[in-house]
Amino acid sequence: MSTTTTALTSAPTAEAPARPAERRSRRGASGPLASAARHTVLTAASLIAFFPVGWLIYLSLGPDKDDYLHPGAIWDKMTLDNYTFVLGHTSFLDWLKSTLIVVLGTTAVGVLIAATTGYAVSRMRFPGYKKFMWVLLVTQMFPIAVLIVPMYQIMSDLGLVDTYLGLVLVNSSTIVPYCAWLLKGYFDTIPFEIDEAGRVDGLSPFGTFLRLILPLAKPGLAVAAFYSFITAFGEVAFASTFMLSDDKYTFAVGLQSFISEHDAQRNLMCATAVLIAIPVAVFFYLVQKNLVTGLTAGGTKG
Amino acid sequence: MTVAIDRATGQRRGDRTPRPGPALRLKHSVQKYWYAYAMITPVAVVLGVLVVYPLVYGFYLTLTDANSLNTARTIGVNHIDATYRFIGLDNYQDILFGPASYDRFWSHFLWTIVWTAVGVALHYTIGLCLALLLNQDFRGRTLYRLILVLPWAVPTFVTVFGWRFMLADTGIVNTALHALHLPEPQWLEDVFWQRFAAIMVNAWVGVPFMMVSLLGGLQSIDTSLYEAAEMDGASAWQRFRYVTLPGLRSVSSTVVLLGVIWTFNQFAIIFLLFGAHSSPDAQILVTWAYYLGFGQQPRDFAQSAAYGMLLLAILVVFTSFYRRWLNRNDQQLAI
Repeated sequence: MSTTTTALTSAPTAEAPARPAERRSRRGASGPLASAARHTVLTAASLIAFFPVGWLIYLSLGPDKDDYLHPGAIWDKMTLDNYTFVLGHTSFLDWLKSTLIVVLGTTAVGVLIAATTGYAVSRMRFPGYKKFMWVLLVTQMFPIAVLIVPMYQIMSDLGLVDTYLGLVLVNSSTIVPYCAWLLKGYFDTIPFEIDEAGRVDGLSPFGTFLRLILPLAKPGLAVAAFYSFITAFGEVAFASTFMLSDDKYTFAVGLQSFISEHDAQRNLMCATAVLIAIPVAVFFYLVQKNLVTGLTAGGTKG
Repeated sequence: MTVAIDRATGQRRGDRTPRPGPALRLKHSVQKYWYAYAMITPVAVVLGVLVVYPLVYGFYLTLTDANSLNTARTIGVNHIDATYRFIGLDNYQDILFGPASYDRFWSHFLWTIVWTAVGVALHYTIGLCLALLLNQDFRGRTLYRLILVLPWAVPTFVTVFGWRFMLADTGIVNTALHALHLPEPQWLEDVFWQRFAAIMVNAWVGVPFMMVSLLGGLQSIDTSLYEAAEMDGASAWQRFRYVTLPGLRSVSSTVVLLGVIWTFNQFAIIFLLFGAHSSPDAQILVTWAYYLGFGQQPRDFAQSAAYGMLLLAILVVFTSFYRRWLNRNDQQLAI
């Protein structure tokens, strides 16, 4: 087989005479033209992906509240004053605390109970299996409008309105089904022989799950955790309905209240938004290595 | 005897010999499957208490004329009991066929369908193109991947906030258009451009998920298939058509379904981009239902919940047909 490195995809005309020699190993190096085209497209896409976030960061460096109207002027007088103000003189740190409690709580609860469920539906065919999977899928379809009023009533009967536990539970109800589904897909890719070996060695199903499967499923768990974290962090509707006292606001609610309170001070709003994005970005870069492998096997395989 | 491993063959086991009575069957079933039931119990409880029960209750609300003036509420120390009445299917009748039904339901319905179809099509095509580009060995692919996933990593309520600055009248987008002597649309006021902006922001937010999922799908395709295709003289297009696309089938069918569900129910983008109160014409059904229940006074809980039920019904019907269509084509959904 020929290993000539020619760009079959983007430059067929340039190499037209040498038709048989065009074949190349698909994952091998490609020709300079294809490579240039690829880098151009990817660079353009990266710019589009980054720009709105980058713009927010840039605007947050302008000291005056009207700087967003003359962004060019910011370049010469960049300052971090907005950040020190937000950190020192607003409820930012309170919001950080409650966001972390709620988000980490949701992630822990969501991933833990989704993991056993994912394992059960991956390995066992019990009566009601199909119905259960259908329920997991249908739960994805629930619009908030149907659930929020009755949920509020349940929470208030249980005395859980305006508590972190309440919000964690409510968030879990949307996160758990998808995580279970995601993890089922991941567990499906772990060979059944491993379970069988564990069983032969005398482990119970729970033991097999805890000692053999969970350690192997780390990438899948990381993706489920990532998904839970991102979803819980960005959740707006539940958080604004269930959290009443402003020292318990999560960022999603806090940023909205900040907007109405400091309506004209766009520089401060930008700084707050940037500060909010940082913890997520950090978490994201901690788990991103596992993201592709985990999601691959996880969300998508049958 | 417990069976912990029951291979996922996707087939039902063959005919069993005479069925024992129900009590005995229940006993057998519990003995045989109690591990499975024990493992799904936490999720079943959470879903039962926090999803199924509210759903039933929500459905009951749609059969009443509940609003914020006649539901049970506590003002100070006084508790006022609920006074809403049972009115049967009047809410549905009113929404679907009532005098204002076109303005309130059908126009939003049409726009929601367009929004979903265009949104998912954009997510899928852009995501697939980027995934194909990233699925090769070259320098810097990790860096590209990290940057391209950024819209997913930053919470939507932060990025939509950033977009509002960019799309404002004097924002960077219109400044750039002005410099190029192009028309400067009123992104956040004019209905057509509002819809355009919403679709654009939605595409920006949703592409990374598709890209990462499809990238994963591409990486799971056996390389030897491509080698075999090349040996047979398949062109790049033929390899894409007959190796890549079939290899992505199960991934695609799943992410497209999820994409449809999520885009159909996408709340945050439109809600945060235009605010809760402005521009009824740019609202999709979900944000409109939220507006009815929480954005106006008095809050119309019954109608809002009825919209929710209709949304759910639309999605369930769609999903059932989608699954049937997949099964007819011998494809399995990951669920």
